[in-house]
Amino acid sequence: MSYKFSDTSEKRFQKLQTMFPDKRSLILPTLYLVQTDLGFVDSENMKYIADRIGSPIELSHVYGVATFYTMYNKKPVGKYHIQICENISCYIMGNDDITNHLCKKFSIKKGETTPDKKFTVTGVQCLGACGYAPMMQINEKYHENLTLEEVDKIINSLE
Amino acid sequence: MTETKILTKYRGEKDSHTIAHYKSKGGYEAAKKALTSMTSDQLIDEIKKSGLRGRGGAGFPTGMKWSFIDKKNPKPKYLVCNADEGEPGTFKDRILLEELPHQMVEGMIIAAKAIDAHHAYIYIRGEYTLSIERVQAAVDEAYAAGLLGKNILGSGYDLEMALYQGAGAYICGEETALINSLEGRRGHPRLKPPFPAVAGLYGCPTVVNNVETFSAVTHIIQNGSEWYAKMGTAKSTGTRLFSVSGPVKKPGVYEITLGTPLMVLINELCGGMKDGKTLRGIIPGGSSVPILTAKECETANMDFESMADHKTMLGSGAVIVLSEDNDIVESTFRLAEFYAHESCGQCTPCREGTHWVAGLLHKIKDGHGSQKDLDLILSLTVNMEGGTTICPLADACVGAVRPTIQKFRSEFESRLQKENKHVA
Repeated sequence: MSYKFSDTSEKRFQKLQTMFPDKRSLILPTLYLVQTDLGFVDSENMKYIADRIGSPIELSHVYGVATFYTMYNKKPVGKYHIQICENISCYIMGNDDITNHLCKKFSIKKGETTPDKKFTVTGVQCLGACGYAPMMQINEKYHENLTLEEVDKIINSLE
Repeated sequence: MTETKILTKYRGEKDSHTIAHYKSKGGYEAAKKALTSMTSDQLIDEIKKSGLRGRGGAGFPTGMKWSFIDKKNPKPKYLVCNADEGEPGTFKDRILLEELPHQMVEGMIIAAKAIDAHHAYIYIRGEYTLSIERVQAAVDEAYAAGLLGKNILGSGYDLEMALYQGAGAYICGEETALINSLEGRRGHPRLKPPFPAVAGLYGCPTVVNNVETFSAVTHIIQNGSEWYAKMGTAKSTGTRLFSVSGPVKKPGVYEITLGTPLMVLINELCGGMKDGKTLRGIIPGGSSVPILTAKECETANMDFESMADHKTMLGSGAVIVLSEDNDIVESTFRLAEFYAHESCGQCTPCREGTHWVAGLLHKIKDGHGSQKDLDLILSLTVNMEGGTTICPLADACVGAVRPTIQKFRSEFESRLQKENKHVA
């Protein structure tokens, strides 16, 4: 029942332990390991992280870090996490149209997940694709220079 | 006018990110030169003479930054690459990381020798997954080729290099916040002094430089400081990568010599405005710097001095173009909202100020604001700038908002509530 690193994460964790002179530096990369395994991090697996890194790192340290950084999902997201930049360059090039289009298509509000847990639509800050707007990020992949037709095509191709 | 491609010369070529391609173009010769035939003082001197200034945002002279490291300090020295590109409008480091990572790794080897560091970290923003993949591959290739690790190229010099993935916090682009993040802490900027050169990562002397800065170092050591200093203007030497976004025909990243007129970049390289639209204004150096009106753009050159003359900055080299179609009020709100979201919360003027500015702009853009709200924004900003906070995030918010209200005030006023029944 309780979470343990996957084999890949365990191996990666062993390697990470050799890379920094201070254990504390392991918190950010280890949170990523858990997120890769589960899709999110919560206080239960944050405790696991603290225990694995070991004293003097406590749950409070891990929790403090996890809640500061936006890329750690503190609750589960859909199978496809669609992130759409809302900052200036993307805004002026029409990124809001993608957000509205997708929310309508999925009948959800921004920040929500579809009932079948397939899609989450999130508005985010600058993703560094300003010259290639409109754009969206699905999980780790950037999709750039989009039209609404292309957005539909990409979404429909996802299983 | 064409680009002056120094850092981006091999951009777009097949396998430009691999060590095989890089070495076939003479790659790692500069590192060899630095490690086998130059002293650390000579390296620092060469970078000083080149006039290279930091390409991250502040434009601090790189050679001088390196010279602050006290080599007699018995503690280990650390070298950190700031690849946490996050300033809205900026996407130039992404090109260097994804397509040309080896020149950055080489620049880091040179810089490490210059400051006597044997440990280096590359802090890459978390969203840049392709960059992370490519840079990790480049570091692995460099290790395999004996360019990292123990006794590099038989020089007796050791250097370990590792990647560190950020996790979505703009503030970590500020060097002391980045250091805290690398130490596994929340990304809170530190009070200075002490500066990182004295007590940085793990309390040890540390130099943090931007991706483009390290990439330029490679070419300076390879070709000499004189060659580099001949490009650009007297105080802004060399080339720089500018990322242009907004309604121009060809947005993207362009490498040009510093001092090039802004409108030459827009009209000649970017092909001018899209669909024959009229230019409204340009934010010339990333979201944090004051906007230039279309008229001001005509006389502005892309160098540190000309930008200062125009009361703005070159910042991160992000050129955000706005046309007649773009809603200045909504755009300004988006920026204010960004700073409110990214404030780390340590300092009251920033934590409260950014949220107040964003909230008031929200009210105004939706047609519920009054003249008093507009004036309140302006008076709030006075308390958010000029050293009332640990880091310049609040100043950045002011830079993104106040000049825009001052230069485009009528636009904001036209959005105010017609009858001021509900004056705040």
